[in-house]
Amino acid sequence: MLEFFLERANYWAIIGLMMIGLYITFASNNFIKRLVGISLFQTSVCLFYVTLGKIAGGTAPILYGPDAVEHGGGHAGEAVHHAVAVPGGHAMGNISAPVELVNIYSNPLPHVLMLTAIVVGVATLSVGLALIVRIREAYGTIEGDEVRAIDLETALAQETELDAQLGEAGA
Amino acid sequence: MIDLLLNSAPAWALTHAAPLMIMVPLMLGAILALVPSGRIAWIVSIVATLSSFLLSLILLGIVQTNGTGIVSYAIGNWAPPLGIELRVDALNAMILLLVASIGLLASIFSWPTVESEVRKEKTSLFYSAFLLCFGGLCGVAITGDAFNLFVFLEVSSISTYVLVALGAGRDRRALPAAFNYLIMGTIGATFFIIGVGFLYAATGTLNMADIAEKLPAVSGSRTVQAGFAFIVVGLGLKAAMWPLHQWLPNAYSYGPSFVSMFLSATTTKVALYALIRFLFSVFGPEFSFEIASFTYLFMPLGIAAMVACSFQAVFQNDVRRVLAYSSVAQVGYMILGLSLGTADGLSAGLFYLLNHAMIKGTLFMAVAGVVLTYKGTTIRDFAGLGRSAPWTMTAFAIAALSLIGMPLTAGFQSKLQLGYALFEHGWWWAVLLVVFSSALAVIYMGRILEAVFFQPPANPRKTRKEAPIVMLVPLWVMALANIYFGITTKLPLDLARDAAAAVFGMGAGR
Amino acid sequence: MNSDHHIILRAVSKMLIPLIILYAFYVQFHGDFGPGGGFQAGIIIAVGIILYALIFGVPAAMRAVPPVFTRSLAAVGVIIYAGVGFWALFSGGNFLEYQALFHEPPGEHHGQHIGIMVIEIGVLCGVAGAMLTIFYAFAGRVAEIRDKDW
Repeated sequence: MLEFFLERANYWAIIGLMMIGLYITFASNNFIKRLVGISLFQTSVCLFYVTLGKIAGGTAPILYGPDAVEHGGGHAGEAVHHAVAVPGGHAMGNISAPVELVNIYSNPLPHVLMLTAIVVGVATLSVGLALIVRIREAYGTIEGDEVRAIDLETALAQETELDAQLGEAGA
Repeated sequence: MIDLLLNSAPAWALTHAAPLMIMVPLMLGAILALVPSGRIAWIVSIVATLSSFLLSLILLGIVQTNGTGIVSYAIGNWAPPLGIELRVDALNAMILLLVASIGLLASIFSWPTVESEVRKEKTSLFYSAFLLCFGGLCGVAITGDAFNLFVFLEVSSISTYVLVALGAGRDRRALPAAFNYLIMGTIGATFFIIGVGFLYAATGTLNMADIAEKLPAVSGSRTVQAGFAFIVVGLGLKAAMWPLHQWLPNAYSYGPSFVSMFLSATTTKVALYALIRFLFSVFGPEFSFEIASFTYLFMPLGIAAMVACSFQAVFQNDVRRVLAYSSVAQVGYMILGLSLGTADGLSAGLFYLLNHAMIKGTLFMAVAGVVLTYKGTTIRDFAGLGRSAPWTMTAFAIAALSLIGMPLTAGFQSKLQLGYALFEHGWWWAVLLVVFSSALAVIYMGRILEAVFFQPPANPRKTRKEAPIVMLVPLWVMALANIYFGITTKLPLDLARDAAAAVFGMGAGR
Repeated sequence: MNSDHHIILRAVSKMLIPLIILYAFYVQFHGDFGPGGGFQAGIIIAVGIILYALIFGVPAAMRAVPPVFTRSLAAVGVIIYAGVGFWALFSGGNFLEYQALFHEPPGEHHGQHIGIMVIEIGVLCGVAGAMLTIFYAFAGRVAEIRDKDW
């Protein structure tokens, strides 16, 4: 039982982070806290992908030693392209021409994907923060329920105002 | 007409139509961020959407005539399973045509409303965000790579949040609405990439066609099932599938009116396309887990959306909220169509999708016209507009009747197709529910129409005032399209049938 | 601004900021041979300027690197990136096909080098511009929040 948990320690950590993030997003009332939750959630996804790319005994996917001499040779772009083609622990794709590499490397593709995902996360976070700044300016608060209460008040006020106008027009 | 275009188009446009389709708007969007003048930005955005529109016609033409029915384009000439592939078949071609034509009409129509609702120094940035959103949506529809789809989904979503938030100049409630949309949209997108991660773990590839090829071997594994669940929830959130639609009504009703018009006709449709792509061509109906989810998940949710959101629409006082809730209900019809899991059901759903984009586009365009001239959007504000703005309101009425499903309108034809498909599958009770939900549509649209045509104006000082001609032309193009496609359904129905056939053919071919 | 308290900070940062920017360029151009590239370099450049803003104040930073410039820089980055794609198109290749940039025979890799270099410069501009724009967007508003609100 203990092994079951320990073997998958990284996955448990990821699931834990994910749940914490989602919980904060849903449960908290404060807009900033909700954004923090979203960021945690996205970070856990990044960890998830990086975990997928890890190969037992593999190092960072930078060619070194004999690999670099044979396949690197200054053609960095090409070499990285071959490195992608190394069948990974999780990846079961049949790659047409696997290149013989001396050292074991982790799968770099998930890292690249997560670089993109991080950028997306940063963009989301900054748009979210900008929105919060604007909300703060428009409402004077960043608590969800207070904003809702203010909205309700204004809506009711508008309604009564409109009624009064109609009454005038009718009279 | 498409033949003519194919013959007259230069060779580079034919070979590179797929990347140009997305890159022209994205590139021009970036350039617009440097342009100070709003009016130039408007013209540039028309040029960008026009070029995408022509390219989408070219793509459609190539797909229909080239025999294989697939246009595959390797970005950077890296061969597909490893490189990023743009892949167009009949299904994408249809969605691309829809997005591009709506985008073109929307950008022609946008100037007066944007000018009045967005601050002057922000106008060119507004158009920049619009083009990013447009390019992102085209990207979602065109890419053949699951992760690339996520990136484009986020490009379009993030610019959408910004666009919605710009409604704050008119109504500050746009800000919390945009924020909620951001939270929900991000959760949806993140769920989607978790799902893609599971698929990647199981198959070792991100190319959608490649995943589809490798899935049958591992389809029993829990990894794949979990991935399926995450993808369905994530894309369901983006597509406003009931009960994941909470972000939609506020975002549509408080955003700038042009934005709600564009969003209502495209974003949920594109997300729905992505959902269909994953359900039918990546997983495929033979993925046993999926049949169960069709019967026990999509069908009930679709019906719940149809009924519950139609009811909610009846009790709204703001015209845009009525339309927004009705949008969620209409997504329910489409979900119901595709939950049949047959080619007929899917083509009915897609046909519905096309027509609904047209209907909602027209309705929101008319509302935008009213917002421009009279400011208010409550049903009371609409009272008596039938006399003071007859052209706008007649177009509104045509689209409203089409939404209800009057014979001789596009809406009727799409409900008819859906009804056929449901009957053939033996779900006659679902047909009754469709009819019931349409009756609710009669009530909520009827309330508005009654106010518009049979009530005295709420404010007698209102004089006769139409929307400007730039807005009326696209509005009437859409309204007449509603009638035209209600009389001859050949064009959209063929598109939808080809799309469904392509998806199912792909499933049978492997 | 009370310059007495921060004199050491100022002196040190004046020396550090050029080094930080230089390091950014090292990361940028080393990206061809090892880890690095435009993304990281862009962030490091932005960090250098943000450090300047933190120590000498946001207005001073805005004078040195105006917000209009950063916003345009972000757009220019995207344009450079997409521009390489279009360049490849015009040279007869697929979109973003570096090999086609100079019409080379298959064995040659000049296009690959130059292509990725220009792309990375685009990324550098885009990232640095976007980061600084974000920073200015928030830093420019701090004064509006009163102390008791924190």
